[in-house]
Amino acid sequence: MNEKKRIKIALAGNPNSGKSCIFNALTGSNQRVGNWAGVTVEKKEGYAKFGNYEIEVVDLPGTYSLTAFSMEELVARDFIIKEDPDVVINVIDSTNLERNLYLTTQLIELGVKAVVALNMSDEAKHKGIIIDIRKLGELLGMPVVETVGTRGIGIQDLLREAVAVHESKEPLSRHIHINYGGEVEEEIKKIQAALKKDRDLTEAFSTRWLAVKLLEHDKQVRDDIIAKAGATDVILKQIETSHAHIEKILGDESEIILADARYGFIKGVLHEVYIHRAFDRITISDRIDTILTNRLLGIPILLGLLWVMFQTTFTLGKYPMGMIGGLIGHISAFLSNTMPDGLIKDLVVNGIVSGVGGVIVFLPNIMILFFFISIFEDTGYMARAAFIMDRVMHTLGLHGKSFIPMIMGFGCNTSAIMGTRMLENKTDRLLTILINPLISCSARLPVYILLAGTFFGRNAGNVIFAVYMTGIVLAILVGRLFRKTIFKGEAAPFVMELPPYRLPLLKSVAIHMWEKGSVFLRKVGGIILAASIVVWFLMSFPRTAEYKMEQSYAGQIGKFVAPVLEPLGFGWKGGIALITGIAAKEIVVSTFGVLYNVGENEVDRMEKLQNALRKDMTPLAALSFMLFTLIYIPCMGTLGVMYRELGSAKWALFAVGYSLTLAWLVSFVVYRGGMLLGVR
Amino acid sequence: MKIMKLSDLPVKGTCRVVKVSGEKAIKKRLLEMGFVRGTEIYVKKVAPLADPMELVLKGFHLSLRREEAKDVLVEKI
Ligand SMILES: Nc1nc2c(ncn2[C@@H]2O[C@H](COP(=O)(O)OP(=O)(O)O)[C@@H](O)[C@H]2O)c(=O)[nH]1
Repeated sequence: MNEKKRIKIALAGNPNSGKSCIFNALTGSNQRVGNWAGVTVEKKEGYAKFGNYEIEVVDLPGTYSLTAFSMEELVARDFIIKEDPDVVINVIDSTNLERNLYLTTQLIELGVKAVVALNMSDEAKHKGIIIDIRKLGELLGMPVVETVGTRGIGIQDLLREAVAVHESKEPLSRHIHINYGGEVEEEIKKIQAALKKDRDLTEAFSTRWLAVKLLEHDKQVRDDIIAKAGATDVILKQIETSHAHIEKILGDESEIILADARYGFIKGVLHEVYIHRAFDRITISDRIDTILTNRLLGIPILLGLLWVMFQTTFTLGKYPMGMIGGLIGHISAFLSNTMPDGLIKDLVVNGIVSGVGGVIVFLPNIMILFFFISIFEDTGYMARAAFIMDRVMHTLGLHGKSFIPMIMGFGCNTSAIMGTRMLENKTDRLLTILINPLISCSARLPVYILLAGTFFGRNAGNVIFAVYMTGIVLAILVGRLFRKTIFKGEAAPFVMELPPYRLPLLKSVAIHMWEKGSVFLRKVGGIILAASIVVWFLMSFPRTAEYKMEQSYAGQIGKFVAPVLEPLGFGWKGGIALITGIAAKEIVVSTFGVLYNVGENEVDRMEKLQNALRKDMTPLAALSFMLFTLIYIPCMGTLGVMYRELGSAKWALFAVGYSLTLAWLVSFVVYRGGMLLGVR
Repeated sequence: MKIMKLSDLPVKGTCRVVKVSGEKAIKKRLLEMGFVRGTEIYVKKVAPLADPMELVLKGFHLSLRREEAKDVLVEKI
């Protein structure tokens, strides 16, 4: 009996139940992060071993229920129904049993083989909550194991029980029915009878579960039935009669009755399993909270913490950034010196190394930023930040949680978009991602500094500030517009749990940082590498005896688009600069340098460049150019993550399209409007 | 006992749920979060900008916008 057996276990649980901790403890470093097919919900898979079992562990998204109401719930439910895991481990926060058990009631209804992980058992004991776990197991029909996810306690027991349940050797494991009360049970039976006329349906699911879901107005199940069943009419008719009947007799909609019954069942269970339960007293968490979300102090503290986050990201990040930059310089110099002159060398040094190198230097910044983000998340502060800022974000049609990614956009839109993962709702995430590039990132600052410094002298600071504000105002307007048009009626309710404050766990912070870092590196290795080569190609072909950028393909494209840019006040040189700026916005500055023949190393290069620019542009045109730079096409890196996070090229292309249109319109209005007013 | 909207409850007020109405999606979410008849809710505070509200029910804390709290009918206790 040394033969390996493979089984599949799924982890289900409420958000904040400590599911990630349990997952990490079960699988160790043996895990993989991906996306669920077709949706941008994170999927984690890993492996665990127990005896001669090789166990595949799949972490389902954290959900409160399985009603297919959100993307997460749909994913979790589909997995349980369609992929049919051998055992489901239901992770439960034992300090918050009542609500956590609601999900358990749904697992019971589904009739899956399950084990309950009574997590946070340390915290429960500390709070004076004592639970009769044997009794709880009996009442739920599934074994219960106490765990402490953060310290890996109970993990082996959990695996042992899962295997026992799988082998049907666990005596506690049994099917139970939650009783919905006479009237409802009657209707369930009638619907079941209607369903049973259809062979295909009864083979795939338990009819009781289907009947309950149909009573609950579950759209997905209903659509499924309509698609699959032969005698749809009979079934749908029966559902309608049942709804009407229940509402008439019990005076409430069936959803309410069913939820009531489930909570009633839970109450019954809790009544028997609480051996001791302390009554709520003021906890440390409450005390921390009165300060952090204080009416007067809440907002200043939030802004202060964000300030610290950015300061640290950029000041502390400078050192490794310098080191990586130096290393890339060395590599570049080494290659320049050793490789034979020619096309390949040019491609490697000026295309790949400088293109990829220019982006990879941001790796330390991204890791540091995510160090803070995961601390905010793990301590529970993130939910408070969303709570504090929800009012503001609501006016943009967004969720309070979108605040942090929007603020992160001032640093770098790429990392900000990666940060939208913490938004559970898909529409919120889409909208936040789409408007994020309007928040002016630090890479655009060099462009503003050059142009505002050249044309606006003493007022440069004000002009730059105005450009930033324009970005914010546009983000608000575009957000509202999209919310009213494309994402109409999809606003997610803002029902957010505020978990207790907890000490962050270094290990999970490290895992989080590593995940984000590797996502970023993979992007650099893929899309950025490819784009760098394309940009290099456009800039250096066709080959001519004496290199002139205006003769390159990039130059030709610049001239080709010049007529479109003409009404905005800048010509083909601006066009070329903008095209190269797609790679990374700060490149606009170095392109101007090349275009006006100002060498990299000349001492008075800034002055020369400024003089050349003054001859070519009016201040009004410069302002129009800055606004265009602010709004048009997000940079390559941002587009890369957009594509990844939005899960489709369609939305990334939409972002390109809308931003180009908007950029043109804004620049046009400013430039032409200014001209009309006599400004130059 | 007076029936009122949850959104009208003052800070530090306690109430019991009578009924959740409103749009389907939000109603379902509230129901599964435990807004069933008889559940006790305590309004702990409101955010610095007056919205959303922080509620305590069944031993956990929840943030809810007034807009959505309007759909919850409660009786004050
Ligand atoms: N005291 C204690 N804290 C835990 C336990 N399990 C998880 N946590 C903490 O609870 C918070 C949420 O955990 P996480 O695994 O991220 O929850 P998830 O949202 O369910 O994935 C983190 O701060 C964890 O460190 C536990 O058993 N005991």
